[in-house]
Amino acid sequence: MPDTLLHIVLIVVMPPLLLGVIAKTKAAFAGRTGAPFLQPYYDLSRLLRKGTVTSDTTTLIFRSGPVITLAATLFAALLVPLGKHAAPVSFEGDMILFAYLFALGRFFTTLAALDTGSSFEGMGAAREVSFACLAEPTLFFALITMTRLSGTLSLTPMLNYLSPSVWMGTGAALLLLLAGLYIVLLAENCRIPFDDPTTHLELTMIHEVMVLDHSGPYFGCILYGAALKLYLLGALFMNIALPLTSGNSVADWGLFILSMLILAVSIGIVESVMARLRLIRIPQLLIAAMILTAFSFVLVVR
Amino acid sequence: MRSSFYTLNNGSAVPRRDIPDLDRNDFLQLILDALDHGWRASSYFSLHHGDGCQLYCVLTAPAGLELGIISTTVTDGTLPSLSTLCPQLHMFEREIAEQFGLAIEDHPWMKPVRFQRPMERQGCSGPTGMTPGVTDFYQVQGAQVHEVAVGPVHAGIIEPGHFRFQCHGEEVFHLEICLGYQHRGLEQMLLNGPHPLTMRQMEAIAGDTTIGHGLAHVMTLEALSGCAVSDRAHALRGIALELERLANHTGDMGAIAGDVAFLPTSSFCGRIRGDFLNMTAELCGSRFGRGFLVPGGIGFDCSAGQAESLLSRLATARKDLGNAIELLWNTPSATGRLENTGTLSKETARELGLVGPAARACGLERDVRRDLPFGIYATQPIPMVCASTGDVHARTLVRRLEIEASLDYLEKCLADLPDGNLHLQPAGLAPDHLAVALTEGWRGEICHVAVTDSRGKFGRYKITDPSFHNWTGLAMALRGQQISDFPLCNKSFNLSYCGFDL
Repeated sequence: MPDTLLHIVLIVVMPPLLLGVIAKTKAAFAGRTGAPFLQPYYDLSRLLRKGTVTSDTTTLIFRSGPVITLAATLFAALLVPLGKHAAPVSFEGDMILFAYLFALGRFFTTLAALDTGSSFEGMGAAREVSFACLAEPTLFFALITMTRLSGTLSLTPMLNYLSPSVWMGTGAALLLLLAGLYIVLLAENCRIPFDDPTTHLELTMIHEVMVLDHSGPYFGCILYGAALKLYLLGALFMNIALPLTSGNSVADWGLFILSMLILAVSIGIVESVMARLRLIRIPQLLIAAMILTAFSFVLVVR
Repeated sequence: MRSSFYTLNNGSAVPRRDIPDLDRNDFLQLILDALDHGWRASSYFSLHHGDGCQLYCVLTAPAGLELGIISTTVTDGTLPSLSTLCPQLHMFEREIAEQFGLAIEDHPWMKPVRFQRPMERQGCSGPTGMTPGVTDFYQVQGAQVHEVAVGPVHAGIIEPGHFRFQCHGEEVFHLEICLGYQHRGLEQMLLNGPHPLTMRQMEAIAGDTTIGHGLAHVMTLEALSGCAVSDRAHALRGIALELERLANHTGDMGAIAGDVAFLPTSSFCGRIRGDFLNMTAELCGSRFGRGFLVPGGIGFDCSAGQAESLLSRLATARKDLGNAIELLWNTPSATGRLENTGTLSKETARELGLVGPAARACGLERDVRRDLPFGIYATQPIPMVCASTGDVHARTLVRRLEIEASLDYLEKCLADLPDGNLHLQPAGLAPDHLAVALTEGWRGEICHVAVTDSRGKFGRYKITDPSFHNWTGLAMALRGQQISDFPLCNKSFNLSYCGFDL
């Protein structure tokens, strides 16, 4: 019970901190002081207090988009185990629900974008779904590989199955899997080299351009949902990358929080040392990620 | 060919009656021949003359060192278009049609330039005319073809301009650029000038090119009043011009890095640009050089101590900037983004008459500082740098090399400042004269032509910003490119909206 409570508190409170850590890391690389770690929280509280402006041409879909997306992501958050603790909701086959809850969120985000009738948002929606089509198989190859290793279709037992001894046995396959998963983590969360979350250039954006028309609390929902998505995929990644357990529940929570912060720093480093890819090259990198995870699957089933 | 022109030097004035008034057809034929031989139209404009219009065309020789000017009078209100044969004239012809109501016959692309009202003979009637952007745009139709309209209100803090893309998926078939949102009626306001406010207005033609435009303006005034400027003033003007170039090129390097999301160079260049602006502030108290130039000289001297301090600040900035640029160059993911993006062929660049770094990036050797040296550049040349590939990478490379050249030049100049008066009081302007002054601002060639009336007041003052030549180059560079690369291409040209809109 305390673990479940802590799980819920963490998924509500911690995701924006990752964005703050990423921004701070980037600032350090650029020789700037940067915004405070808590800036994303200030932004959210400001957005929640703001009014909204909606275009006359939009319908209910536009307003329901951010809400449905956030709800889907929040539900997905209940399925992912954080660290070595059981997720609040867990059943056989939940990994498929997990993947498609994200797809549902994306579907409504793109639908809301198309609802505005703006040419930019249509363009962004087209880009988002094209790239998502290429990112999805990677996630599934990774999950299927894990299923094969652990013999379960449920996220909690699957991820808890991993331990240093499993790494000793199938390290090569897991490394390939992690490489693919990291690429998808960056792509799905619109990080450099796929998308630039800080850009103001509407013609180059992928995710940001779809939410240009949202404002106030709706935009707050989107920002928080995006942070949560990064948090969940990050938790999935770190569960595989660092399958360590101390045996002490409290220490494990600390370990988990620390590993998430390390992940945020690593994303910040990637964003600082490389430029964004040309849009036309993104599919190539996503397919490379798919091949990596597919190969890891081959290594496991052979 | 040359004998048919009336030739003059950069920054000199001639009596108007000395410029032969050619027959209209001879005038057009001469322009055609000259452009065919590699000359370039630096300015082409009209002014009210009796019942009709008088046209002047300022031409620059291919290897520089010579300016030609020819003139004709149009009384029947029509002018055959040369744009099909000489694309570089297309914007000038549209401008003449808009400002003077001349019917340009057979122009292939007759559209408003700035949506302004025709120029009036006297006084100033306010800048507004039609609503900018309300016009017919070129359209492509077919399956999967879509139109994207951007601006005039943009997501970032930039000037207003409207861009219409005809796209096929992510590929751009055609880009049409529509400006005029910042039209202030500057040329109309200058009639009967110079006014007390004129110098301030000249400095604000394009706020980031204060020295470039200001210098061209004071050069026309000095030519018309026969005022000689001291060596010291020439040297300090050159220093201010190069500082302006450094600040803007540095800012552009950062902005280009920012557009490919390479943040370290973007952040560092943003700061170092400020360092260069502060050096200009050390000279005259304004970061953009406002008030530094006055007709007849300069407004502020540079003491030995200031020169010393500038030199040491330049050394620091050179080191920091070198590191920031080196970082960009050593990051393959960033340079890979710049290469083969927004390529413009040398041929297209020549046909469109591009100027400045955009032209030099295509391998066209054009630099007013070398071709028509003015001020200190006449005695102390600065090397011209060129690239060859014509893509964003080439435009970035030209900026990088020009930064180095300017830094070297500044160090040389500051170490050895000549003596001389700060400024002389210029006499009144010679009546019925025409003066031409060209400078190389950081965006490229700036051309000012002042025509005085019988009272020694401006009967016409023509300003040609480099952006006037180069906007079409940007539109052409986008053909066949990814629409997502537009911001990067746009930044690599970094043209002025207000300099174009006047």
